[in-house]
Amino acid sequence: MKRERRVRVMVAKPGLDGHDRGARIIARAYRDAGFEVVYTGLHQTPEEIVEAAIQEDVDMVGLSSLAGAHKYLFQTVLDLLREKNADDIVVCGGGIIPDDDIKTLKAAGVKEIFTPGTTMDEIVTWVRKNVTPRR
Amino acid sequence: MKDLVEKVTSGDVRAVARLIRDVDDGMPEVRDVLKALYPHTGKAYIIGITGAPGVGKSTLVDQMLAHLRKRGKTVGVLAVDPTSPFSGGAILGDRVRMQRHSMDPGVFIRSLATRGHFGGLTQSTRSAIDILDAMGKDVIVVETVGVGQDEVDVMRSAHTTVIVVVPGMGDDIQAIKAGILEVGDIFLINKSDREGTDKTLNELRLMIEMDQRKFDRGLWKPPILKVEAVFDKGVDDFLDEVDRHAEYLEQTAGGLKSRRSPDKVRQEMVDMIKARLVEEVLDKLTESGDFDRAVDAIVKGDLDPYSACENLVFPALGGLPADG
Repeated sequence: MKRERRVRVMVAKPGLDGHDRGARIIARAYRDAGFEVVYTGLHQTPEEIVEAAIQEDVDMVGLSSLAGAHKYLFQTVLDLLREKNADDIVVCGGGIIPDDDIKTLKAAGVKEIFTPGTTMDEIVTWVRKNVTPRR
Repeated sequence: MKDLVEKVTSGDVRAVARLIRDVDDGMPEVRDVLKALYPHTGKAYIIGITGAPGVGKSTLVDQMLAHLRKRGKTVGVLAVDPTSPFSGGAILGDRVRMQRHSMDPGVFIRSLATRGHFGGLTQSTRSAIDILDAMGKDVIVVETVGVGQDEVDVMRSAHTTVIVVVPGMGDDIQAIKAGILEVGDIFLINKSDREGTDKTLNELRLMIEMDQRKFDRGLWKPPILKVEAVFDKGVDDFLDEVDRHAEYLEQTAGGLKSRRSPDKVRQEMVDMIKARLVEEVLDKLTESGDFDRAVDAIVKGDLDPYSACENLVFPALGGLPADG
């Protein structure tokens, strides 16, 4: 046994948005940073995402949304995690998200929102700083 | 700890998920939990699925899940994907194909990365199998990429091992010949709507029938089936074959207990002792600094690696070998 906590994250695409290029690139960047990345694929309901996150025991869920339904979808993921006693899992998000919504989502408990123009390095550095494997 | 054992055996998803993580991360305290869980294992039927990347293993497992659930079975899935040797990270994408089952409480899906420590995959996958078994899943499906000794070893801990190929990959079959043909109980030709299916079927048949004498003595003859996992063609028939193999094990090898035959237990113990010894010895040597000193000496040319190894290993084991 190696006694080594590896960072495990999930990259998820909630809702009907069919654009996953960004999510795939992020997944790749996480892998290259040495994280284990579970990718869920497109068209996930918040329920499916939360159940998968619990079964996979990830430290963070990254939600990607480019289709405008982020406020409802991200909020539901947060609520479900809380309901399942799993709100120690960090939630962050990315995509086309207006400034006003960022404020609302952060107040609701999304730890960070990454908008277009953010570099992979910035995101990876943020994860390293803000997501620690439990214990 | 009693609490944790109770949570796992009563099917607490979060407790199970976290325990598998602890096993994977090599937390020493899980050993006691695994010991306590062991009496609750031995009830699940283990199916191993292996094959080259891209042959459709995850899609097949997804369809298997649908059929097994229809047959009233609860299912645990362990999907193993390779760790990048460069970064140590991994993209675990098998789940994408199976996500439609994620809300089904009768299904537990877990992605595992190979991580690449010595014998580590075999150890941690076996422990994860035990955990899902203790959790009460009726069937456990383990999916691995069919390369490397570790993966073959994992397949040895299954009741039924399934090898998936696709048509038109002649070299692929060559690769199977070299390693995992011997462990295959059922062969599937997936994507069998494609050209070359019959050729692949013939090649497989030829290889399997080389052992005809064994089959004449009543040993299991691996069937070869054509499937199209994406269109759910042939998957139900395939599961009938798994049942037939289970029946065969029941008649000849004690059914579920066949996983714990003397041969298999012996192999498992050898693997476990190897892994544990390496870990204990390396830990000791790294902590004392002897390991790094030996590496320095070899690099400088003051010592040969053979002597260095002896100098390190024997004292760590508490003395010189009897014939030394």
